[in-house]
Amino acid sequence: MTAVLFFALAAFTVAAALLVVLARNIVHSAVALIFSFCGVAGIYVLLDAEFLAAVQVLIYVGGITVLLLFAIMLTTRIAARADVFNEQIGLSAVIVLGITAILVYASLTGFPASDRPPVSPETTPALGRLLLTTHVLPFEVASILLLAAMVGAIVIARREGE
Amino acid sequence: MIPLSYFLSLGAILFGVGMFGVLTRRNAIAILMAVELMLNAVNINFIALSRYLPNSTLDGQVFAIFVITVAAAEAAVGLAIVLALYRNFKTVDVDEINLMKW
Repeated sequence: MTAVLFFALAAFTVAAALLVVLARNIVHSAVALIFSFCGVAGIYVLLDAEFLAAVQVLIYVGGITVLLLFAIMLTTRIAARADVFNEQIGLSAVIVLGITAILVYASLTGFPASDRPPVSPETTPALGRLLLTTHVLPFEVASILLLAAMVGAIVIARREGE
Repeated sequence: MIPLSYFLSLGAILFGVGMFGVLTRRNAIAILMAVELMLNAVNINFIALSRYLPNSTLDGQVFAIFVITVAAAEAAVGLAIVLALYRNFKTVDVDEINLMKW
C-alpha cells in the first residue's frame, strides 16, 4: 500500500517536474511547479516529516510560486520567442542523462537495505528544540540572511531615482 | 516498506530534471524554477537519510529547513534581479543579456 502510494507520488512529481522544464508556455511551467511541490510534500509525509510537508506547502506552494507568477506577469512578453531552449540542448541532455544514471546507480547499490528505525512520536517539538539549542547559531544567521535578502530585493527591484 | 535507495533515486531523477532545465532554458524565470526543483531534490535526500540512517537524529530535517530558508531568499533576490534586468534590457532571455560576456 505504502509502496503504491510512493510510486504514484514519485511518478506524479517527476512528470510535473518534466512539464516545468519542457513546457513552451512559462505560465504552464509555473502551474506544473505547484503540482511538483505538492508531490514532494507528499513524499515528505511518507518519510514521517509532517512539519516539513506543511512548511513545503506554505513556503513553496504559497509563497515562492506566487512570487514567480508575479515576476512572469511583470516581465514576459507573450510569445516573445518561439524556441524556449538554447542551442546546447543536445549536449545538456547527454550530460544530464549520464549524471542522473550514475546517481541512480549509486543510490540503488551503495546503501545497505537497512530497516527504518521506529519513528519518534513527536517530531515537531523535537525539531523546535533542536533549532533553538544545537542549531541556534545557523538559525540566527538565517534570520539575518532573510532580512538582508528582503532589503536587497527591495533595493534591486526599485526604480532609480525614487 | 520502501527502501532508502528508492527515495534517493527519486531525488537524483528530480535533480537531473532540474539541471536539464538550468542548462537549456532561455527564460531567466524558467531557470529559477529549475533551480527550485534541484533544491527540492536535495531536501528529499536530506530527509530520507535523516529518516533511515541508524542512530539518526532530526539533523537532516533541520538542514532541510535551512535549505528552504535559503531557497526563499534566493527566489526573492533572483526575481528582483530579473525585474531589474527586464527594466534595462526589455527582455528576460539570458542569451540576449550578454553585456559582460567576452
